[in-house]
Amino acid sequence: MIPVEPREAAIGRLTARARELLRPEGVITDRARLRTYECDGLAHYRVTPALVVIPDDATQLAQIVRACAELGVPYVARGSGTGLSGGALPHADGVLIVTSRLRAIKEVRVEDQRAVVEPGVVNLDVTRAATPYGYYYAPDPSSQQVCSIGGNVAENSGGAHCLKYGFTTHHVTGVEMVTPDGEVVRLGGDAPDTPGYDLLGAVVGSEGTLGVVTEVTLRLTRLPEKVVTVLAGFHSTDHAGAAVSAIIAAGVVPAAIEMMDALSIEAAEAAVQCHYPVGAGAVLVVELDGPSSDVDAEYADITRLCEENGAFEVRTATDAVERALIWKGRKSAFAAVGRISPDYIVQDGVIPRTALPEVLRRIAALAESSGESGVRVANVFHAGDGNLHPLVLFDDAVAGAGEAAEAVSRAILDLCIEHGGSITGEHGVGHDKAPSMARMFGEDDLDTMQLVRCAFDPDRISNPGKVFPTPRLCGERPGRRQGVHPLQEAGLAEVF
Amino acid sequence: MERTAGRLGTTAVDGVPAGRVERPTSTTEVSALLRETAAAKETLVPCGARTKLTWGLPPDSADVLLDLSALRGVVEHQAGDLIVTARAGTPLREVQECVAATGQRLLVDETLPGATVGGTLATHASGPHRLVGGTMRDLLIGVTLVRADGVVAKAGGKVVKNVAGYDVGKLLVGSYGTLAVVTECTFRLHPVPAARRWLTARVGSAEEAQELTRAVVHAQVVPAAVEIALDPAGDGALSVLLEGRPDGVAGRAGVVRELWGGPAESGDAPEGWGAYPWDPSVTGEDRAVALKLAFRLSGLRDVLTEARGLRIRGSAGAGVLYAALGVEAGRGSHEEVAATVERLRGVCAHHHGSLVVLDAPGSLKPALDMWGPVPALGLMQRVKDEFDPDHRLSPGRFVGGI
Repeated sequence: MIPVEPREAAIGRLTARARELLRPEGVITDRARLRTYECDGLAHYRVTPALVVIPDDATQLAQIVRACAELGVPYVARGSGTGLSGGALPHADGVLIVTSRLRAIKEVRVEDQRAVVEPGVVNLDVTRAATPYGYYYAPDPSSQQVCSIGGNVAENSGGAHCLKYGFTTHHVTGVEMVTPDGEVVRLGGDAPDTPGYDLLGAVVGSEGTLGVVTEVTLRLTRLPEKVVTVLAGFHSTDHAGAAVSAIIAAGVVPAAIEMMDALSIEAAEAAVQCHYPVGAGAVLVVELDGPSSDVDAEYADITRLCEENGAFEVRTATDAVERALIWKGRKSAFAAVGRISPDYIVQDGVIPRTALPEVLRRIAALAESSGESGVRVANVFHAGDGNLHPLVLFDDAVAGAGEAAEAVSRAILDLCIEHGGSITGEHGVGHDKAPSMARMFGEDDLDTMQLVRCAFDPDRISNPGKVFPTPRLCGERPGRRQGVHPLQEAGLAEVF
Repeated sequence: MERTAGRLGTTAVDGVPAGRVERPTSTTEVSALLRETAAAKETLVPCGARTKLTWGLPPDSADVLLDLSALRGVVEHQAGDLIVTARAGTPLREVQECVAATGQRLLVDETLPGATVGGTLATHASGPHRLVGGTMRDLLIGVTLVRADGVVAKAGGKVVKNVAGYDVGKLLVGSYGTLAVVTECTFRLHPVPAARRWLTARVGSAEEAQELTRAVVHAQVVPAAVEIALDPAGDGALSVLLEGRPDGVAGRAGVVRELWGGPAESGDAPEGWGAYPWDPSVTGEDRAVALKLAFRLSGLRDVLTEARGLRIRGSAGAGVLYAALGVEAGRGSHEEVAATVERLRGVCAHHHGSLVVLDAPGSLKPALDMWGPVPALGLMQRVKDEFDPDHRLSPGRFVGGI
């Protein structure tokens, strides 16, 4: 049970404990320095944590969590802080546990197709360590040069290539973690199908609400023999969308299919001069990988299907330099909209791919109907799996524009829900979308998910306030009799 | 809902007589049944086609055998979105027939004839395609479940990419019906490849099996499956399945022949492809001791060496094998069987894996540690207590008495 103690006193005791456990530099209490941790990649939510700790290793991290459990102090784990849903937003009365010093790649065992890493290891560094042996780590979120594996595990991160290769959950075979009561447990492992419940499957993507991982075992994937990237220019998103449907219907599963509309192309040109086809109303970036002759056959198919569906220009990149040129525009898109708009909101929603044309039309109508406020929507998305990243552009200096942009952004999520999709494909629920969960799921659905939370963290000290719109009181059983215990009724026991 | 009074001995779960059989036809009826039976704290054991009903430990009791075979049929197949939704009692084969009409498939193998979606989910059964496609855990994207208290809930959804909320579906996969009753599942589909080809090499030793497996797994030929089949003497075959474009498959077949440095048979699926090494039609006391062994890839040779004397089949390329200890092999006393199981468990553990006794004759089960050591068992028990506080669902079948 959480001891009843004023928060400040508990933080004071935790700080004292942290100073005993960690190096002096690993305990931050100075107000100004605490403020540098006040947000993650979603910078408009800011909360200054009461304490920041930076443990050196898994043992120290576990000791801190155990101290939090004993003192009833909430904690939030943070990797590189690149998340886009406020998942690592600190708790004002809690401690922020930063994993940036847990940065060892402990093992790379290509014989077993596994790597064992600490949670602070940067995503791309795993691939860098495995590439000399002909292997790589498949999940590649856009932020892979800085984001941490621990954060990837928390968010079940995706990336452009998850269309073919799946998400973090398909590439994590085991973790060592500290549960919210301070116990260190291993879930999964090197080998497949560990006996018992698949707790690992529940932990990956739980956004730090079930504990903190201290070691992660990753599946390594053999590098493909050949990679070809195609850039196709279309007059409209309808044409590009039809090409995507034709590719899927032909039974091709490319490694990635990305789409950008005219406004996002304009932004990318302004920012990085990617020289996409002039006059394109939409571009597709399609990447194929695998054995050479299979890739060649698929390449012939997709170029034909793009042309049949109205592509007026098709470019092909076969080496790393040419590929990087094509990807430059796509990868810069989020940051690039800063060139054409003073303010913007990045949305993340999913629709069934077949609903793409209709949803795009309705997004356009939403922007138009926002009237005087000047809100525009640039569309960048993982077209292969229906994961939309609309960028809602606005100028905060214009009266009412911020509110109008937020309304458009919310309405886009409603469109996703209406079409049987999801409120998040890869950025997570975090703090930002916790209220939206109740629009996608019913009360009973959320209650059932929280049964898992209650098993792991009945006192709700692990990243509280995230994912769920309203916490479930653990031990409470809706619809059950809440009366006197039968033993008590029978006079056999008393409740103290 | 059909209701049948159980007659002692005629309807039983692994020797435990069922009080009665209930055969609901909808999620609503399942919910009503779970509510009705809650007051009397009746126990329920969900089942589908009953092909794996004796797997795991026998339940402590089975007041109701919850037969889900009437919850049958594909609810929705969206070919353009590569997804399918099916009721839990639908035979896998029926799902495959439905989606095959548009050139698609569910990458879950039917390891026992007639197996249903729900039964395969509950036991986490998998076959050769697990190497690339993964298992049911990797393909399940949405689930409808009924809790022990009768509450109907959904998790996941109908889109492949979705990180909203906990992945409750994964918790249910392999839970042996101990957490909730699954009534509907949505899966990701894959296109049927234009060409398929098998290459098979004879193997006469564990070393050879390891070498040939290693050669093909670490090459860039992207095998769809790497399967092994060995008789008790350690002789048998290693088979690779290549899938893709006709030219691509032909080219890669050439690469595999070169890697293997010798002639390899090529053609259709080898006999017994994807089957277990035991005969599923043998029941009762004559049935084999059925083992599932998992280990690091590099442990293949050691595991095979230790398993000599048993019939072996499985996914050599994924580190998952099945072994059968049959009566014909003269498996010896209960103590000797238990010793064999522990010896094999030891070598799996040495290679960071596990051994589970999937099934065994009823008289043998008490002598065996069916599940072996289970890490994080305390957490699992807490999950069970949250979902099914009165332990009414398949009690005692699973790990640690769950």
